[in-house]
Amino acid sequence: MTAQVATVADARSESSPRSLSRALLYTVLILFAIYYLLPLFIMVVNSVKPLSEIQGGNMLSLPAQWTLEPWQKAWNEAQIGVQATGLQPYFLNSILMVVPAVAISTILGALNGYVLTKYRFPGHKIVFGLMLFACFIPFQIVLIPTARILGALGIAGTIYGLILVHVVYGLGFTTLYFRNYYEAFPTELVRAAQVDGASFFKIFYRILLPSSGPIIVVTVIWQFTNVWNDFLFGASFSGPNAMPITVALNNLVNSSTGVKEYNVHFAGALLAALPTLIVYIVAGRFFVRGLMSGAVKG
Amino acid sequence: MRGLEDWLPRLVLAPSFAALLVFVYGFILFTIYLSTTSSTLLPVFDFIGFGAYSRLFAIPNWTVALKNLAIFGSLYIILCSVMGLFLAILIDQKIRAEGLLRPIFLYPMALSFIVTGTAWKWFLDPGIGLEQTMHALGWTSFTFNWIKDSQMAIYTIVIAAVWQSSGFIMAMFLAGLRGIDSEIMKAAQIDGASTVQTYRRIVIPQLRPAFLSAFVVLAHLAIKSFDLIIAMTNGGPGRATEMPSTFMYSYTFTRNQMNIGAASAVIMLMMISSIIVPYLYTELRGEKK
Repeated sequence: MTAQVATVADARSESSPRSLSRALLYTVLILFAIYYLLPLFIMVVNSVKPLSEIQGGNMLSLPAQWTLEPWQKAWNEAQIGVQATGLQPYFLNSILMVVPAVAISTILGALNGYVLTKYRFPGHKIVFGLMLFACFIPFQIVLIPTARILGALGIAGTIYGLILVHVVYGLGFTTLYFRNYYEAFPTELVRAAQVDGASFFKIFYRILLPSSGPIIVVTVIWQFTNVWNDFLFGASFSGPNAMPITVALNNLVNSSTGVKEYNVHFAGALLAALPTLIVYIVAGRFFVRGLMSGAVKG
Repeated sequence: MRGLEDWLPRLVLAPSFAALLVFVYGFILFTIYLSTTSSTLLPVFDFIGFGAYSRLFAIPNWTVALKNLAIFGSLYIILCSVMGLFLAILIDQKIRAEGLLRPIFLYPMALSFIVTGTAWKWFLDPGIGLEQTMHALGWTSFTFNWIKDSQMAIYTIVIAAVWQSSGFIMAMFLAGLRGIDSEIMKAAQIDGASTVQTYRRIVIPQLRPAFLSAFVVLAHLAIKSFDLIIAMTNGGPGRATEMPSTFMYSYTFTRNQMNIGAASAVIMLMMISSIIVPYLYTELRGEKK
């Protein structure tokens, strides 16, 4: 017991029980790191192998013969819809969907958060509560009426339909982020500007927006990952020409005809994962903050 | 002009609020109403009562879906919490490589379930993945065919889902741990408590809010889970990995029993609400100033 006390109490001691427990600690951590990294490693390794090597060999071995053909096939040859176009057009669909959806929902979320914290009106809490609850509904409850309304609006099966859906169902979260952030923003500054005669939008542009950098990054990352990774809405509302990459990938992997080209599947999966992985690598700090404030209120 | 300035804030909020009223609350009512009609392929608006609910609960597939959700949900919540807490405590031991390890544990959360499902479906496939690899390495008696076994397939979903989410739960617990006053821990250790005792008696009890948040997040993810099942097993083999979400989808869109599908969606909403509403209520009340 005393040895364990020493572990924490005296960080600099080099007694042997301590280094033993440290070694154990690092071993366990490294084993976990391998567990988390292994699937990614296997995907990468097997996406640069010829199919024959996958069928015969083991998934952990490095390729005997390196090839980029699976990537090239996944990108512009694989049969997904009627034509063998590869994932390329669907990747483009996802970009055409994600950019406006994220931009619109972030701008609206910022304005909503601004109103809900600096221009309080009776019932603001109920309005916010209703928006917050909307973040957590299982989307199955809105699938049928949403399909109907997209049809009625004439945007069923189009990218516009998906943009609308992602904006509407993303509003709750974007509002939540900005609302919690602006809650801590000094209201006196807003009041002082009002006394000076600054208009509603001028206060927003000149006073709040310039200091909103961090929360904008968090919100954009959160929305980007959610919209990019969405499958349910894409599968329900997209139609053959507007399929996002997740739906196209699933069709590629689960198509029952022909030989299963596992290496192409892996390359495709990595292509679909690349944008969010890059965001995660570049802005990991903000990614975590986004996850956390989406989960536990800021 | 002054009048407009006064109303402007509310006018700015109005479109978002209206959209939510229609797309969330209006649509919830619409789906509830559909569940009381005889809608099959297309919605019809003839109120025929709540018979769809008794029919729903008489469908064996729905019972299977609920049972699977219970198995998946409880294992997913427990395993993610245990692993998350364990990893958070390990990381909290002032280790040198924290900046390297934390992102490794967390990156799966950035991937879509379709990508994760594609990968795990393949590793767990006995013909090509883990089993074959073990055979190639010389362990020819090794078998691991859970994903093809209707008794075990649901557990393969658990394996993949835990891989995806446990790192995030670790981050939640780590944030909780970092919020605990380290003086209390030092004091306990000076009094002769071991590291294990300190965590069990002093630190973990203080993590109650983190446990609650983790539970809410995981339970909510479990009830919603859809993509991972579609990508890994598509509800199979047979209906062995059917979940309420996949049940709802197939009854609504492929089996043309829209009223049953709507009823199952209402049950899903009720499950999530019973967890989220009390949580949000206490959170919103708590911040009264």
